[in-house]
Amino acid sequence: MTAVWIAVLATAAGCYLLKLAGLTVPQRVLASPRVRRFAELVPVALLAALAAVQTATSGQSVDLDPARLGGMAAAVVALLLRAPFLLVIVAAAGTAAGLHAAGVS
Amino acid sequence: MPAQSGPATSEPGAPGLPGHAESEPAGPAAASDQARPVRDGIALGLAVGVSGLAFGAAAVSSGLSTWQACALSLLAFTGASQFALAGVIAAGGSLLAGAAGAVLLGSRNTLYGLRLSETLQVRGWRRPLAALGVIDETTALTLAQPDQAAGRKGFWATFCCLYLTWNLSTLAGALGAGKVGSPQAFGLDVVGPAAFLALIWPRLRAGSTERAVAIAGAAIALGTTTILPAGVPVILAAIAALAGALALPGSRPRQARS
Repeated sequence: MTAVWIAVLATAAGCYLLKLAGLTVPQRVLASPRVRRFAELVPVALLAALAAVQTATSGQSVDLDPARLGGMAAAVVALLLRAPFLLVIVAAAGTAAGLHAAGVS
Repeated sequence: MPAQSGPATSEPGAPGLPGHAESEPAGPAAASDQARPVRDGIALGLAVGVSGLAFGAAAVSSGLSTWQACALSLLAFTGASQFALAGVIAAGGSLLAGAAGAVLLGSRNTLYGLRLSETLQVRGWRRPLAALGVIDETTALTLAQPDQAAGRKGFWATFCCLYLTWNLSTLAGALGAGKVGSPQAFGLDVVGPAAFLALIWPRLRAGSTERAVAIAGAAIALGTTTILPAGVPVILAAIAALAGALALPGSRPRQARS
């Protein structure tokens, strides 16, 4: 149990220090247009990757779950219709839950 | 302070974007715009916070104690890393490898912090506090705002709400492990990805580079999922951002002459 606690606290400390490191980087590092552009594009790349991975994979394998894909398709439709943020989330979750209940997945 | 290239400022059809949040509200429309980052932040915090139920339940069924699950949510506060550690413990893997993998997964928060530090402008005691809140959801919501003031509001609203819901639902999930219904039944498994897509959407509309970077990032992550440990593919997607930044036109005069 003690070993697990050490792993838990080491993970917490490491994750926190990594967060703090990003905020502590001096602003002059961002003076270069390329570094600034990189910092701007990183969230776009990583969040798109995260959305794709959470939609279409499960663990280390590709998992095309129809309910999840349907939910994401509903989100895209809502976004194209310029729905507000909350409605996009509700449309996605509602569609996925409906498909799940209908036994699609 | 350099001008912020807000995600939605170049979007001609964007409804009711305030020019500067510091300017006085001109009427009800402006007031609702002021409240928008807070409202969206709270909505995101509530919607994503519920996933803490899944983490609490998964952690306890992996062999962590209720307090260990809560300690992770309170102190690490970054879902993917928490799930990764629980997963390795469940699989009986090495604790050292589990912790290292979880911390590696958290390294994307460093990249987020790099981008957020300019918007947040945190000094003194606020910086270590704000650091705890630098995660996927807060970054996405902050950067989806039209200016820095709205971004700061969005950050703190999302952070406070999500911190509260994530920790309470972790505790509830840990205590009720096994009794919690499947998150899929409520469509909760698409809340995260749908929120991320919705939050980067204004940036995707704003530029073709952003669209290319997003597609390339998703492709890199999906393409490497089967061959790399979980979590690493998402970090590799930063290569797409690097390529996009290197393709920045006209920022290096030397290149223009060659």
